Amino acid sequence: MKVTVLIPGVLRTTTAGAAHLDVDVPPPATLGAALDVLAATYPGLDRRLRDEQAGLRRYVNFYVNGEECRRLAGPDTPLPAGAEIQILPSVAGG
Amino acid sequence: MTVVVAIGTRKGLWLARSEDRVSWEVDGPHHAMQEVYAVAFDTRAGARLLAGVASPHFGPGVSISDDLGATWEESPTPPIAFPVQDAALERVWQLQPAPASQPGVVWAGTQPSALFRSSDGGRSFEFVEGLWNHPHRPEWEAGFGGQAVHTIVPDPVDPDRVLVAMSTGGVYRTADGGKSWEARNKGIKAYFFPDPWPEFGQCVHKVAQHPAAPSRFYAQNHHGVYRSDDGGDTWQSIASGLPTDFGFAMVVHPHDPDTIFTFPIEADGRRFPPEGKCRVYRSQDAGDTWQALGEGLPDDFWTAVMRDALCTDDADVPGVYFGSRSGEVYASPDEGETWHRVAAHLPDVMSVRAAVIPT
Repeated sequence: MKVTVLIPGVLRTTTAGAAHLDVDVPPPATLGAALDVLAATYPGLDRRLRDEQAGLRRYVNFYVNGEECRRLAGPDTPLPAGAEIQILPSVAGG
Repeated sequence: MTVVVAIGTRKGLWLARSEDRVSWEVDGPHHAMQEVYAVAFDTRAGARLLAGVASPHFGPGVSISDDLGATWEESPTPPIAFPVQDAALERVWQLQPAPASQPGVVWAGTQPSALFRSSDGGRSFEFVEGLWNHPHRPEWEAGFGGQAVHTIVPDPVDPDRVLVAMSTGGVYRTADGGKSWEARNKGIKAYFFPDPWPEFGQCVHKVAQHPAAPSRFYAQNHHGVYRSDDGGDTWQSIASGLPTDFGFAMVVHPHDPDTIFTFPIEADGRRFPPEGKCRVYRSQDAGDTWQALGEGLPDDFWTAVMRDALCTDDADVPGVYFGSRSGEVYASPDEGETWHRVAAHLPDVMSVRAAVIPT
């Protein structure tokens, strides 16, 4: 199933400049499964999004069709066909 | 002679360069907005610079420069990763190249408390399972800064012998390359426990050793300054000549095993230099007596120097360097006798290392 992942500008050095990536996710299609597919091609992106236990980094937000995944099921959030995953660093720091 | 000082802060890395160690050119930030708790020069590999970096958003890693910061290389795959299910790397607290007889070996100490070993100059690291599996580990607690292995002292001769220190947990030592570890805290006080003399659980802040005296260690504790003359088996106080026994840093002179430097802080509950006076203390007799060094250093200095923010270079007449939580960095070209300001108004300084760069 195909979904689209939108990459924030600050992380595009890890995707050879790509601002969005089309990902073919095997079933069951979840946010975590989409990130697993991305990790195989873009390990430098993945390590900035998830720790080595595949935990989502606390200050990176993942919106699935506009809804932040932590209000859904986190990495287990199901992806509808054609879903758009937008990755945005959250507001943090001082 | 060119000396380069790497200054790791809470928001990036700065590099200071000098020919005379009096006037300095400073450039940065490198790794802007990333915490740099660990820096190391690997002079076995020319002048390689290693930095333990951590982005609050995008996580921790290790960055390497072989051209003094002109370019940096960071592995796309995490160079340090926990292979166990119940932990993930939060921060690299220490990067320690091994002696020249072990080219390519670099040790890393992490939060949560664990040890990693690289054999490729810091590009990738292997987990030291023996320390992680130590039966004491469930009782190691987090100090105020987090739970971390922050000190690694590889033996100058025997590659199987390594000493580590952690807060809290204390000092541990291996003699078999990391397979087994023994707590070595006899004589180090843990005043914050009902039994102040436990086998482990001490809040040791820093341990230092000189390669010419491998059985002697110096330790700055969370209240307490100590020396061990038997490889860490027992520790004796060397704090009587100091204005206070609290502090974070402990550094040995590169050419004299009897000379050490520390930066005393008034107390756990008052983390300022005594009377607010910025002073490095030096002992030239292994801690029996101490001298305050302050020519060129300010009074009214209401800040502190962290555990890895005091160091020397390795010149014939070594320079001494420190940075503060207030973002000031000072250098002495003459073993601490006189001081000059290298930089000011930087973010909180967490780590400082200096090296003479081959030209």
